[in-house]
Formats: sequence, structure tokens, C-alpha cells
Amino acid sequence: MALQSLDIIRRSATKTPSPAARGPVPAEVAKLIDTSKCIGCKACQVACMEWNDLRDQVGTCDGTYNNPTDLTAQSWTVMRFAEYENPQGDLEWLIRKDGCMHCADPGCLKACPAPGAIVQYANGIVDFHEEHCIGCGYCIAGCPFNIPRISRRDHKAYKCTLCSDRVAVGLEPACVKACPTGAITFGTKERMKVDAEERIADLKSRGFEQAGLYDPIGVGGTHVMYVLHHADQPGLYSGLALNPHISRTVRLWKGVVKPLALGALALAALVGFFNYIVAGPKEVGPEDEEAARKEQEKAHG
Amino acid sequence: MADRDHRPALILRHPPRDRALHWLLVIVFLFTATSGFALFHPSLFWLTNLTGGGPWSAILHPFIGLVMAVVFVWFAAPTWRVAQLTPNDIAWLKGIRYVVSGQEERLPEVGQYNAGQKLLYFTLMTCVLLLALTGILFWRRYFAGYFPIGVVRLGALAHAFLAFVVLISVVVHMSAAAWEAGSIRSMIRGTVTPGWAYKHRRAWFREMIRPGAGR
Amino acid sequence: MTNHWVDIKNTDVVLIMGGNAAEAHPCGFKWVTEAKAHHRAKLIVVDPRYTRSASVADLYVPIRAGTDIAFLGGVINYLLANDAIQHEYVVNYTDFTFIVREDFSFQDGLYSGYDPAKGRYDKTSWDYERGKDGFVATDPTLKHPRCVYNLMKQHYARYTPELVERTCGSPREKFLEACKLLASTATPTRAATIMYALGWTQHSIGSQMIRTGAMVQLLLGNIGVSGGGMNALRGHSNIQGLTDLGLMANLLPGYLTLPNEAEQGYEDYIAARAPKPLRPNQLNYWQNYNKFFVSLMKAWWGDAATKENNWGYDYLPKLDKPYDMLAAYELMLNGKMNGYVCQGFNPLASAPNKAKMTAAFSKLKFMIVMDPLATETSEFWQNHGEFNDVDPEKIETEVIRLPTTCFAEEDGALVNSGRWLQWHWKGADPPGEARTDLEIMSDLYLKLRSLYQAEGGAYPDPVLKLAWPYAHSGEASAEELAREYSGRALEDLSDPKDPTKVIRKAGEQLAGFGELRDDGTTLSGCWIYCGAWTQAGNLMARRDNSDPTGIGQTLNWAWAWPANRRVMYNRASCDPAGRPYNPALKLIAWNGKSWGGADVPDYKVDEDPSENMGPFIMNPEGVARFFSRGGLVDGPFPEHYEPFESPLGYNPLHPNDSRAVQNPAARIYPDDRKALGKAEAFPCVATTYRLTEHFHFWTKHALLNAIVQPQQFVELGEVHAKELGVKAGEMVKVSSNRGSIKAVAVVTKRIRPLTIEGKPVHTVGVPIHWGFTGLTKGYLANTLTPVVGDANVQTPEYKCFLVKVERA
Repeated sequence: MALQSLDIIRRSATKTPSPAARGPVPAEVAKLIDTSKCIGCKACQVACMEWNDLRDQVGTCDGTYNNPTDLTAQSWTVMRFAEYENPQGDLEWLIRKDGCMHCADPGCLKACPAPGAIVQYANGIVDFHEEHCIGCGYCIAGCPFNIPRISRRDHKAYKCTLCSDRVAVGLEPACVKACPTGAITFGTKERMKVDAEERIADLKSRGFEQAGLYDPIGVGGTHVMYVLHHADQPGLYSGLALNPHISRTVRLWKGVVKPLALGALALAALVGFFNYIVAGPKEVGPEDEEAARKEQEKAHG
Repeated sequence: MADRDHRPALILRHPPRDRALHWLLVIVFLFTATSGFALFHPSLFWLTNLTGGGPWSAILHPFIGLVMAVVFVWFAAPTWRVAQLTPNDIAWLKGIRYVVSGQEERLPEVGQYNAGQKLLYFTLMTCVLLLALTGILFWRRYFAGYFPIGVVRLGALAHAFLAFVVLISVVVHMSAAAWEAGSIRSMIRGTVTPGWAYKHRRAWFREMIRPGAGR
Repeated sequence: MTNHWVDIKNTDVVLIMGGNAAEAHPCGFKWVTEAKAHHRAKLIVVDPRYTRSASVADLYVPIRAGTDIAFLGGVINYLLANDAIQHEYVVNYTDFTFIVREDFSFQDGLYSGYDPAKGRYDKTSWDYERGKDGFVATDPTLKHPRCVYNLMKQHYARYTPELVERTCGSPREKFLEACKLLASTATPTRAATIMYALGWTQHSIGSQMIRTGAMVQLLLGNIGVSGGGMNALRGHSNIQGLTDLGLMANLLPGYLTLPNEAEQGYEDYIAARAPKPLRPNQLNYWQNYNKFFVSLMKAWWGDAATKENNWGYDYLPKLDKPYDMLAAYELMLNGKMNGYVCQGFNPLASAPNKAKMTAAFSKLKFMIVMDPLATETSEFWQNHGEFNDVDPEKIETEVIRLPTTCFAEEDGALVNSGRWLQWHWKGADPPGEARTDLEIMSDLYLKLRSLYQAEGGAYPDPVLKLAWPYAHSGEASAEELAREYSGRALEDLSDPKDPTKVIRKAGEQLAGFGELRDDGTTLSGCWIYCGAWTQAGNLMARRDNSDPTGIGQTLNWAWAWPANRRVMYNRASCDPAGRPYNPALKLIAWNGKSWGGADVPDYKVDEDPSENMGPFIMNPEGVARFFSRGGLVDGPFPEHYEPFESPLGYNPLHPNDSRAVQNPAARIYPDDRKALGKAEAFPCVATTYRLTEHFHFWTKHALLNAIVQPQQFVELGEVHAKELGVKAGEMVKVSSNRGSIKAVAVVTKRIRPLTIEGKPVHTVGVPIHWGFTGLTKGYLANTLTPVVGDANVQTPEYKCFLVKVERA
């Protein structure tokens, strides 16, 4: 998570402009994960752990090949294995590398209250800067893909960085480097889309008529894309979202509600204050005290 | 004006327990509201500087918030019966414009608390409890993992909304207190003058001066 | 591999069978991915389980473990019946036209010459008929009833799709789809590759399974061509190097063989190994056997290897009986082998029937374990709870552990599946007191030598006269050994055609095995590696990956044996006139004067194609064999026999022949036979295998691997699990007649019950990687497996045995 501060185009909880001196705008990058080439070997998981110096617990087998069984602060990517019996009665083992999708419109960044804890670089990478993270977990609520995880040890949020440190110096992400079958490739987003087209044509020629690219517009597109045999049913791939978008609730919460509420509060406070200044308080006058005294005397006769 | 010797005996409006709890509540509220504001809107994130910095604000806010809920209930629970709305309160609310214009003689006499205070009471009671509940839904460190993401998100949104209602209510409460001169003093010193009681809470005043009603 | 990893990208059809390339060879599997993505190749996976390889396959065909010959025999039948064979290829490049002796027969599941008492064949009748000229008689018209073609057609006519379906449990339509895809490569411009591994070798009929695959490839004309081949995936680095260097009890380096007891005379030994050509004008390369042998002896005993002592032949041990792994443990068990140096091997984990291994090791007087890790073998005597429940007080074996370096802590060459010798450099210093194997072995030798020098002893010469020319006598360096196995001239070598011309000066490194001599003037520690380190330096260290033809022939990357040749038998990629069958993937061609192209020709470079020299130059026939003659001990044509633990108890091909249920020529010791289970008590077929996440019994010691596959499991089909009332993630107990293990149940759709002879048979998957040492512990899978080996090479039958599964 190197701080390439000049390349940041968006910071969480920040309205002022990001550094804009640099030009020309670099190309957006993307990681293309071809599920039809993936054999689920987990080399990407191991490469991720090695490059990022992460070591998760030695867990247990839950009756599947999934291990670690979920993303954690120490496991930024995991393979998810799904067994699917297709309508022809044949089995398909759909294996998907899960991890941050690096959305163009990142829900985590939108939800984050800590300035600069989440940034988006000009190349499209969405990165967490843990030194600014306050551990509130709003990014989890904001993410449409259920990716960020808060560490139990330090209570900071973690997720795949798309190896922003490697990419910044012209290297591919560690998982891409390690992938033995070429199922994970990396390059400009445009190039990856072209490559994906070639793969999709191949899959269609092999009878996967619904093969397609997963680059969901609901989040403005992603910088991690999948080639799917069944692009019409991403849910088959261990619940990949069909139409991911930042939840309406989160949009409300982090959208109009904020300025409106603040405005209303400020208005109420100002009205109260100026009413006091202009109209003044309702004072208790001597006549009130007098009336009270009379009543007291009467009562005590 | 009566000289010192003729100064009327003051009436106790807020006993020490209430005052202490009220101001304790104010302190925890200030912390919770400040840290909550900081987490609520980026342009107020600087407020975390007042509450120990970002991580500490995030850590402490839910705990202090819970303390606030507990203190609030402790503070407000004994008032439950008195806070029930009466027909007079309804009539008073219907004639609220006379309160603003100072024509209170056109309204039913007010008891220990006016209907506005009672509404505030119920609003705050509801909101504080719901704030605690919704806060737990997205309290990431301990609880959020147990709830589906949709519930967590709704919790966050509801929490923000409830906090807004509380804040508005508090602004109204503070304005009203300032406007009814003598109220703030009463919450500091505990007492009001008979004139204050006569003017603002006449039914209560009369009850208080009934023989045998002295406290 | 006949071909090499990169060449797989040129294929049109990939058959992965008897292996799981994606799982166990993920890096090499990239070339399958390439072939699919850029060569429009189709991938067929035939396996008892729907594997990681199957997950990216175009066609998956289930099969009962151990019935691969039935399946492939069915393919052969399909190809012959539908005439989907490459005619020119089989007629010219195989023994299709050769006539077999009249006394050869196959009846009741047995070949002629069977001796039931010995359980062995007399192979005399398994031979070709000789003509008057002394050469093999042939019938180019293929009409002769005893020509190999007709015998084979007759033999495999029994392997109908119906038989395949009821024996293998492979659905007929899937089987036929696989046949059609393979048949599509019978044309000269299409090729199929077969990728196999221990799923074929680890059977009592393993060698024959591989042969059946090779026969399919020969019929289709897929051997010797780019994108074709029989490609054995070597699962252990450096297991290819191990076999090349002859680390078997009966081998010498370079696939030379140790003499047996009867071969006391050097001349007899050579004569039996340097055959006469069976057809006119054949290169018959093994006729040079004595050149390879003498050069090896010069490497070992230097000046002490002289013509007078038969170049040191007399120093060599002569085998009185087999000393393969299974035989050695049987000897230990019977108290006839008392000491054991266990180097780079973890037999308690890797050998079958752990209980037998424990008993055998407990009888040893001493065991020396050389390994980088604290292996199970080195702690076989320690109680590790349920995972190794032994009583140390009852075991007297003295175990000495010598920590060694691992591959990354030393220089040297590793040989990959494609026969490439790739030099690697030490990456780190070893921890603690670890020393290289070379250092330990050198030390051991020097101590033994000084003992012999001091005390004499029985026949000290082989030890005392061993050449030891290394700069630091305490540790021969990898470079010194590499130069030695590649070889050098001991005297000036003159050109055989022009004795006045010196082609190699004394002391120079040789360019290749063509320069080896049988007169003691050359030295080479492993003739097939000759040329790996020439006067130009260490060719194994080359890292130029330029690929001038674009078909993956990177001849300047490392060095491949033999002679830096990347595709073996590549002469067969051209038609008899020397024109490439597939010009787009041209390996070599005849240009009118010589052979050349993208590869080093596997042929006499200046041999005019009109001279009819066959492309399979190592065979005295000059052609490839469908009829293996005496090459294997269990029959010249592969025949399906049931595994030694069969769910049927009979052979569907010979239901009434009790002698033909299992491989009649396989060896099994009486106690091991008694330990076999029956289907009544153990109704499920189990198979053991590896997972991508682990490497054998090593990586459970490594945290990263332990994280990604942390706990021992077995795989059960959904139907099976439902019958047992077991849910995914619950513990189950898997038992064979030899022992039981407990593991988490992975319940999967990927294993379906197979219908075998009308009855459902469940497959149980048992990954091997756990044991009682390391970061994640479990039972040794080989607690379950039976002790019976392949009839030819004694590789144990790990891939199919009977178990029952219960809730634990």
C-alpha cells in the first residue's frame, strides 16, 4: 500500500480536489480472471500471502475444497468452488477467485468516514490506507461484493490492493505472476476487454452460448473482471452478484441524508439562537412573583 | 422589587439526583454527538480531534453511546407516569401558537411538564433506545458479523436518522430552556421562584403550594 | 515424455487419463490451456473422479479405477473397426505387417507359455516369425492371419462399447464421444497427446496400461509428431533424473541394466543387450551398448577399469533376485535385511500397508535417514497417538537422522518430464547442521575406504579402486559430477573415417554419445546425458528461450537428453519420403542431403529415406511395436485384468477363468495376499492421489501449504454419503483389510456411483498428504493400501483397492 499520492483521484471522506498536477491520465488497468482457464490450484492465494506477508490460521476442512473458507484480514483472495449440474445432466465445477473487484464506483470509499483511509488511483485501483483507517467497518456495509474484512488483531480494514505497490513500479499483481495456467492476466482495461472477447468467442464455440464478460455497470465497471461460461447466471459462481450496485440504503445514508440533516440541524440551532437574540427570553416579572405570593398566602391562609 | 428579606421561598423543581443525572447525560451526549458527527459527515471528521482521534472515536462512540442510553433510562424512567399526556396537554398542543405569542392565559394551565416536554420525553426515550439497538447492528468489532449485510446497512441508515431526530430535539430543548428564562438555572441549582412556577407551570405551582405538599 | 511440455500447445486433442495434470502438474498444464485457447484443442479427461483437470475439459468420462485397459482396448477396437488409423504410418513405422510365430496363442485370458506354479510366462513363443534371410517375415498386404494387425484386431474385437460400459462404468455415449475425438487425429495433420502419470503406473497392470495408450497413439500416427506423443508427467522433482541415472536396484545409469547372477561373462552380458537388427538396414542403436557401458565403467573406476578386468564388469554385483522396494521390505520383515540407508525417501508414508512397514522397520538393527525434514519414517518408532500408535519400548531399531539440504540449497541439474536437464543454482544456505547429500555420501565413502584400507575385507577392490578425482575429496561438487556424467576423451580420439584426423583431444569434454568408444578411451557417467557439458560449457545452464519456428522448439534453453532432442522419434513426423506430415508443425525434413529442422533429428542425419531405415532407431526392428515380444513379462498385447482387490471378484472378459481374474504374472507375497480384502466386507473402490495444495508428505511442514489445505479429508459421492448418512464436514472412518483412517468427509457431486456389471459401485477418494509429523497432522493414507506391484516394475497398486466407509 505504497502512497502514490500524486496518482490518487479520489479519497474517502474528502470533498476537496485530489492532486491533479500529473498528466496525461494513465490508462486504467484491469485484472482479467478467466474462470474457464482456472483450475483452482490456489497458487494465487499463496502468492498473495507471500507478497503481502500474510499468514492466516491453519484452519479446518469444512467438507469442500474452499480453504481458507472465507476472506479474512489475512486472506485477501480465496478460491470458491461450486459444483453445478447443468441442464444436460453434466457436471461443471465452477471455480472463482474471489477478492476485491476494484469498482469504478467503490461502495467502500463512499461509505468510509475517515479521510484518505480509502483511495482510488487514476489507474482504477481502490486501495485501503490502513494508517488512516479508524476500524468502523462502514466499508463492509458499503461494499456490494462483501470483500473488506476487519482484522481481529488491529481492527483495521483489509482487502486486495491489486498489488498497487507492484503495479506502481510496472509489475503485475502477485497472483497474476503466479497463475500457472494464465487464467489471471493483467493489463490495461481496454486490452483485457479485447482479450476477453477472444476467450468468449472460444467458449461460445465450445457450446457455452451465454459466455460473457463480467464487468458490472452497476458499480461503474470493475478493474477486476471475470470471463464466465455462464455470464447470464453469475450466481452459479458461489453467489457472484447478478447486478451489483451500491445499496440504496448506503446511497441514502452516505448521500442526500448527510447534507440535509446537517442543514436542518444548523437551521434549527440558528433559529433557536436568533429567536433568543431577537425576541428574548420569556422573563418572569415581578407581577408573576406577586401573583404567586398572593396565592401562596391564600393557600396557607 | 422585593428586597432580600422579602424574597419569596424558592420551590424545588429538580432534586439533586435529577440534576446530577441530567448533566452526566449532557456530558456523555456531548461526547457521543461529537464523535457521532465526526463519523456522520466527512466535513466534521475534524471533531474526532476532540474525542481522541479517529480510531478512538470509532472505538469509544458505541461504548459511550451505550452509557448514554443507560443514563438516559436511569434519568428518565421515574418520570414515566408524570410524562403521560392528559386531555389538557392535547388542548395545550392545539393552542401552541399562543405559547409562542405569549398568550398563555388562553391555554389550560400547565402541570409539572408541558406537553412539549412530554413529547420530547417520548421522542428521546424512543430514539435513544433505538439508537442503541441500531448501533449494535453495525458495531463491527463485536456484533455486525452476526447480521445480514442488508440489516447492517438499514441499521446504519436508521442510526443516522435517529441521531438526527435526537439532535433536532436537543436543539429544540435547549432553545426552549433558554427561552423560558429560569429553566437553565433550575437545572443547575434545582429551584425556581414561585413566580416562575406560577407563570410557566401554574397547575404544578398550585399543587406545590397545597398544604402538605411541601417537599 | 516422448515430447515436451511446451509442445503440448501444438496438439488438437488432449487425453488426460491415469493422471490429473491440472491438480498435480499445474505449471505444465498451462500448455493444455494454451492448446485450447490458441490451437482450438479439445480436452478429454477420463478419471474415476471429476477432477480439477476435468473442470476445464470439453469431455469428462468417468471410469472405474483400474479398468483403463478395458477402456483403451475399447478405443483400439473402435479405431480398427472404423478404420480410423493412419495407414501409411502404421504400415511403415510399426510392426503392423510383421508375422507372429505360429505357437503364440491367447486362450482363457492367458498367453502361451504360462506356468501356473511359478506364476510366470515363458516368453519364447511371443516372437515374430523369421524369414529365410534371418529377418522378420512381413506381409505388407496385411492379409496374413498371424500378422500383428490381424492378431491385434482379433484380440481387441472383444472390447466392445458394451463391454467397456459394464466393466468401466463409462457411459457408452461418452465413451464413443471420446473415441470420435481421438479418431479425428488419424489424419496426418492432426495430433492427439496423451498425458498420464501415476494413475496408470500404480496398478498391477500399470505397464500394460501405458502400452495400451501408446498403441492408441501409434494407430493414430501420433508418436514422433509435434503435438502428439506419450507424455508421462513426472510428479517428483527429480524423478525423471532418478530413473535416468538408474537409481533402481536393477539399473545402471542411462537405462543400462545390472547383470543377473547367470551372467558371469562380460561377452554374454553385452550380447544379451546389444541385439542384432530384425529388419535390413536398421540403425538398431542399442548395438552400441558396450560403448555406453565401457564409458560408464571408466567414469567409475578410471584407470582401474581395463580390458583385462572387462572394464570393471567383474566389480559389479550380479543380481540373484529382485531387490525392488517391495522385495526389500519383505526381506526386512523376514529379518533378512538388517540395515537401511533411507536417502530422500519417506517409505513409511510412501510405501503400501503402513502396518507391514512398521513391522519391517521394527526388525531392522539400524536405519539411517537422510532428509531435510523430520519424516514419518525417521519417527516410525515414536508414539504419535492415534496417528501412529506404536509402543517404542518394543522397537529396538537404532535410527540415525542426518539432516540434508533441500533442492534450493544446492547447485545441480533437475530433469523435467520433457527430459530437459535444467541447471539450478543454490538459493540459500541450509539451516542448522544440514549438509548436502553429496557431502554426506562423499564422507561415507571416504570412511568406508579408509576402513577397507586399514582392515582389508572381502573383495575390497570395487571400493578401493573407485575413481575419486574430485578437488575436495570430502565433497564432490555438482559441476564435477556433471562434467563426469556428460563425459570426456581420455586419449586423443581420431575420426573413424580418417584416422589421421583428431576430432577430440585427450581431456576435452565430448560433444555427444556418438563420440563414445568401447576401447576405454572415453568416459561418460551416463551416456544419455553425454553432451550436457561440452567444450562450450554447461549447456544445462542455457536460458535462451528464443523459438525461431514458433512451435515451441527452444533448443537453446537448457539441454534435453538424448542429444538435445526435444521430440523423440521425430523421424516419424515425416512420410517415408521425408516430407513432414504436417508442414505447419514441421519438426524435421529430408532436404535431399541431410535431415534437419526445428529439432535434432532422431535418425541417422545423412540417411536417404529411400533406404528404408525405420524411425524407431532404438528398436532392432526399426519400427514401433504393437506386439511387444518379450519386452514385458505379462503379455505381448495388453489385456484387462482386475485389480488385486476387485469389487467384482472376477474378470468380465473371462468370467469363468479363475486364473485370469488378476494379472497372472504379478508377484504377491503370501502374507500380502492374505491381507487382501473382499468386496463383501469392503464394497467400495478407493483410490489415492495428490492435491494441488500439497506436495507429497513434504509441504504439510510448510505453513503456506498447511493454510490452503489444512485438514485431512476423503472424498465421497453425494449418493454414497446419503446412504451412509454423512454430511459434508463430518468425520468418517475408512477401512481396508489392512487398517483404517479417520478424516473429514468432502461430499461431492464430482463422484458418482458407477454401474459395473449391473451393480452400483462407489468410488472413495483418499488424498495422501497427511501424516503424523508437520504443521497439520493426520493418518497416513497408505495405512489402507495393498502390497502388490505391477508385474514388470513392481510399482505398488495404490490406485485401486477396496474399502468400507462408516461414520466416525
